[in-house]
Amino acid sequence: MFAHEDLFHAFLIKYAEIGIKGKNRYLFEDALIRQIRFALKAAEGEFAVRKVTGRIYVEARTPFDFDEVVECLTHVFGIAGICPMVQFDNNGFEDLKERLLDYVGKVHPEGNFTFKVQTKRADKRFPMDSNEINAALGEALLEAYPGLRVDVHEPDVFFYVEVRERINLYSRIIPGPGGMPVGTSGKAMLLLSGGIDSPVAGWMVAKRGVKIDAVYFHAPPYTSERAKEKVVDLAKLVSRYAGPMDLHVINFTDIQLYIYDQCPHEELTIIMRRYMMRIAEAIAEETGALGLITGESIGQVASQTLPSLACTNEVCRLPVFRPVIGFDKQDIVDIALKINTFETSIQPFEDCCTIFVAKHPVTKPNRKVIRRSEEKLAEKIDEMVKTALETREVIRVE
Amino acid sequence: MEAYLDNSATTRAFESVKDIVVKTMMEDFGNPSSLHKKGVEAERYVKAAAEAVAKTLKADPSEIIFTSGGTESNNMAIIGAARANRRAGKHIITSTIEHASVYNVFGWLEEEGWRVDYIPVDENGHLDQKALEAAIDEETTLVSVMYVNNEIGAVNPIGEIGALIKQKNPKTIFHVDAIQAYGKYRINPKKEHIDLLSVSGHKIHGPKGVGFLYVKNGTKIVPVVYGGGQQKGMRSGTHNVPGIAGMGVAAAQIYENYEEKRRAMYAVKKLFVDLVRELPGTTVNGLTGEDSAPHVVSVSFDGIRSEVLLHSLEERGIYVSSGSACSSNHPAVSGTLKGIGVKRELLDSTLRFSFSVFTTEEEIRYCAGVLAELLPMLRRYRRM
Repeated sequence: MFAHEDLFHAFLIKYAEIGIKGKNRYLFEDALIRQIRFALKAAEGEFAVRKVTGRIYVEARTPFDFDEVVECLTHVFGIAGICPMVQFDNNGFEDLKERLLDYVGKVHPEGNFTFKVQTKRADKRFPMDSNEINAALGEALLEAYPGLRVDVHEPDVFFYVEVRERINLYSRIIPGPGGMPVGTSGKAMLLLSGGIDSPVAGWMVAKRGVKIDAVYFHAPPYTSERAKEKVVDLAKLVSRYAGPMDLHVINFTDIQLYIYDQCPHEELTIIMRRYMMRIAEAIAEETGALGLITGESIGQVASQTLPSLACTNEVCRLPVFRPVIGFDKQDIVDIALKINTFETSIQPFEDCCTIFVAKHPVTKPNRKVIRRSEEKLAEKIDEMVKTALETREVIRVE
Repeated sequence: MEAYLDNSATTRAFESVKDIVVKTMMEDFGNPSSLHKKGVEAERYVKAAAEAVAKTLKADPSEIIFTSGGTESNNMAIIGAARANRRAGKHIITSTIEHASVYNVFGWLEEEGWRVDYIPVDENGHLDQKALEAAIDEETTLVSVMYVNNEIGAVNPIGEIGALIKQKNPKTIFHVDAIQAYGKYRINPKKEHIDLLSVSGHKIHGPKGVGFLYVKNGTKIVPVVYGGGQQKGMRSGTHNVPGIAGMGVAAAQIYENYEEKRRAMYAVKKLFVDLVRELPGTTVNGLTGEDSAPHVVSVSFDGIRSEVLLHSLEERGIYVSSGSACSSNHPAVSGTLKGIGVKRELLDSTLRFSFSVFTTEEEIRYCAGVLAELLPMLRRYRRM
């Protein structure tokens, strides 16, 4: 990515919104540190993640792969920027100057740009103050690299120098994903289907700091073991951003067949989806989740027309978040590609929504009619839902 | 109870195979190309395996080239023969119901400028010999025909076809994909006019990742894998000694008490076919008697999606293959089933049951009983 990546042994983590959260700031910072630690488990090497006077540093304790670590950090919501940093002992100004000149030669070999040196002297024992250091380093740079010019208003490059017990030096900022650290905004239950939309929906809500668990409706023998594997794989990909999650796998076959037996075929999908929402909500309440998340987008399929959405929505008391509701398919695909779930999502396994789908499913369900159809399920359905909940498999995904 | 009825996909290894694989990994693990004792030791296993498989074909060990399996054997045979003989002509022939590792190679050669004829088959999956005879001309350098079809178990009269080819053009090379036939038939390449013959290890209770190509002495063929010049330069790469040794042992064992094994498999097959035919709404595809392979039965089930039935059987410990790997999203309908004229609506309702020397009458009865129980239930719930 850069020249001389081996110079860097630490990263300064810049965070955006959490900087303004007042008294709760430490909660956000702690969540961010936790998420960074989790994300770095995927990278080879050992790292210390430390909070020092309102800043978060990631310091490598062992050799590491620069690109791999940056890749991991760009998955952590709440990070606004990742600054690869050179750290060295404080051996006085001459040493600092030599190191800066060496750094600029290696990391900014382009050699023709405007700059500003921005020093922060936290260690007041250093004999020069910040302004003096800025001026002296600027002068040294101009002398050593004739292509450089000073611009104190809008420089191309800032050279940040932090004089602490050691000296930190950085100039590059790699953009982070933004958002808020997961775990700072409660928990929600994602209905994960195996398609393209639901992982994107989960990712979007997680980006706002919400912890995610997921529920998948499995319908053996109509859906295969591989379809379930695919959903586990998708949950893993989402967890790279959202952190560890529980995937609740509901065996939905008996409920589906019962609806098939008792209700009009063209209402099968909508009634089935109402039961999915009910079951997801039951798990949410049991596990302390405060909302449901779906990948629904208006009009994409028969069960996602506004009347259908209203009809499935009415069975829930918890809020249902549909972050991709106004997105076109291509918009969703673009995010799926970005977060690397697309390739997995398009593997061709049947999901339980399509196995018995009618040729002409209702697109404008009348809620009264649907409620009346559901009355035909009265005899067994509560018991079946209870069984489905009790026999669910919980897979820890991380 | 468990019933593994997917032996055309792969088989469980013989105990003796496991033993020699472990031994050649842990003790005699040398590289046959090494000059020292460890190398010589390892080379002995390769020689023994070549002798063992050559013996089953009444061939010479020098005619055996070890490969990574059936697919590589087919690729090597077809690409190797087509390229080696491109000056003699660029016309090659195969059938419409070949395995993908033949069919797709022909497709590629067609793109590369070869003229390809695909010969149709009759409703039993047998090659149309008249059409073959008419297709062969003086530019035909290669004919590739499968011995036993992997989906329906149809058996081609390979000796007749071989004689026909050589009579029409003696220079035409005859390649036989015998991956489903080896171990179930006695194959004599010289008598059956076969120049190239592909075999896979794991279909005969040997290891995966190993196979061989029989190349009749004097057959003009060039390698497809280049490198350190192992196997007389025909197939470079360090010998897969555990695989090769394991396959050698499997080959010898599968042809031990051969008649008895075949009889047992035919008995199992007959029982299965009889029981399945009693079930309403089933069609057994192709021939089913001793004029078909002893280990493959293709059955279509009216009104049932093969994948759903497959997973229902799986829930009860019965493992089979779908006749055509099909899902609603990606219809990839089987060329064989279409080729033999299976009705359109049954293409996605077909399963393949395949047996081995390990298959028992008890497993067959269990499977038939489960089918009898499942079919009415599955027919009740279907896509509308």
